[in-house]
Amino acid sequence: MNYHFQWAPVWRAFPDLLPGLIMTLELTLLSFVLGSVIAFVLAWGKSSSSRSAKGICVAWIEIARNTPCLFQIYMAYFGLGALGVDVNSFYAVLGAITFNTAGYLAEVIRGGIDGVDPRQYRAGTALGMNRRQTFSRIILPQLVPLILPGAGNQLIWSLLNTSLGMVVGLQELTGATYTAQSLTFRSFEFFIATAIIYYVLAKLVTLMLYGAARLYGGKRRVQA
Amino acid sequence: MNSVPLFSGLQPNDLLYLLQGAGHTLWLALWAIVLGTVLGFLMGWLRSVSKIGNGLIVILVDVSRSVPLLIQLIVVNAAFAAFRFPLSPFLCSSVVLTLYMASFCSEIYKGGFESVPQNLQKAARSLGMSYLQAFVSVTAPIMLRRTFASWIGIVLGVLKDTSLAAVIGYIELLRGSQIIVTRTQEPLLVLLIVGVFYFLLCYPIARLGAKVEKGLSQ
Repeated sequence: MNYHFQWAPVWRAFPDLLPGLIMTLELTLLSFVLGSVIAFVLAWGKSSSSRSAKGICVAWIEIARNTPCLFQIYMAYFGLGALGVDVNSFYAVLGAITFNTAGYLAEVIRGGIDGVDPRQYRAGTALGMNRRQTFSRIILPQLVPLILPGAGNQLIWSLLNTSLGMVVGLQELTGATYTAQSLTFRSFEFFIATAIIYYVLAKLVTLMLYGAARLYGGKRRVQA
Repeated sequence: MNSVPLFSGLQPNDLLYLLQGAGHTLWLALWAIVLGTVLGFLMGWLRSVSKIGNGLIVILVDVSRSVPLLIQLIVVNAAFAAFRFPLSPFLCSSVVLTLYMASFCSEIYKGGFESVPQNLQKAARSLGMSYLQAFVSVTAPIMLRRTFASWIGIVLGVLKDTSLAAVIGYIELLRGSQIIVTRTQEPLLVLLIVGVFYFLLCYPIARLGAKVEKGLSQ
């Protein structure tokens, strides 16, 4: 029980971790933004009357939700590679996490849409608004506070999921940590430091969400 | 002397190997889910009755939700090794996944316990039940019923997260498939088999959860 912590190598390697940190942030934000856009399409497609559109959207949502994210990353990296599509690890991880996020967010959005009374569309029509106006002025402002807690949790999940990039050799925060610790074998100290960085990032996201929730007057508490 | 080809195709043996990997996945998930639920139940109860207990457990819950599971596995593995008490990959991943499951469970169970009306417990006590009797036959059943759908959600998460145990050397389904891919160089086929397995495992459970949720809300 006498382990001597040595933090000096961690401090020295810190500048090497910074590009990894930036890549993690890039991956998180890009996958979340792209995933949100796709999620709206999926949520809309799931209630579409076209059978094929509905089939594709349901399949996307169910596969994204019922297989491990790591499997999805392997599929994007090794699976697509086998098909002759050459993707580097950054785009493979970005694609897989976007795929994953879109599937989960689609369900969050659908839940939010179900939470808004459909009679409001007719009320909007009665007031002389067209469908687009009703959606953007009446439905969407009510949707935002309903979706916000779920979407916030999903943003944190996206952040945590980017750490899987290490497994396909991506030099994001976890991958960069792995490379850095392999020079000194101080893996314990290095990964504790990285855990703290992730913790702080997740807390920052939560704080931002509190701010957003206050801005929109959402009553439900953001979790995590 | 015959030369041995560098890469060989997919053989029946490989399917057996994948099946073994699937067994490892299920075995790890089973331990994590059972132990995690029991521990989460105790933690959830403690959190609902004691402010100090809640304050202490919240730290664990907070960390396990804000740090990637991958890093949790590596840190705990390194910690046991650093203190000269190395665990087998299976034991180490069970410990981490159990704590992970328990902290998520404690969150829903805490809310569940607090959602059971005080009046019901008082009524049970006034019928002459002891605290334990009222807890076992009134509070806990209502709480477990109300939280069942959320619990299914956590179980699904843990089932899928067993795939991360590969990073500390536990050869479960996904890691096993990678080993076969290295030899056969047929990633697409092998990965598809693995994907279908996970899907067939998770999808029915997800459907059950959705059904229960719908049934309870009506």
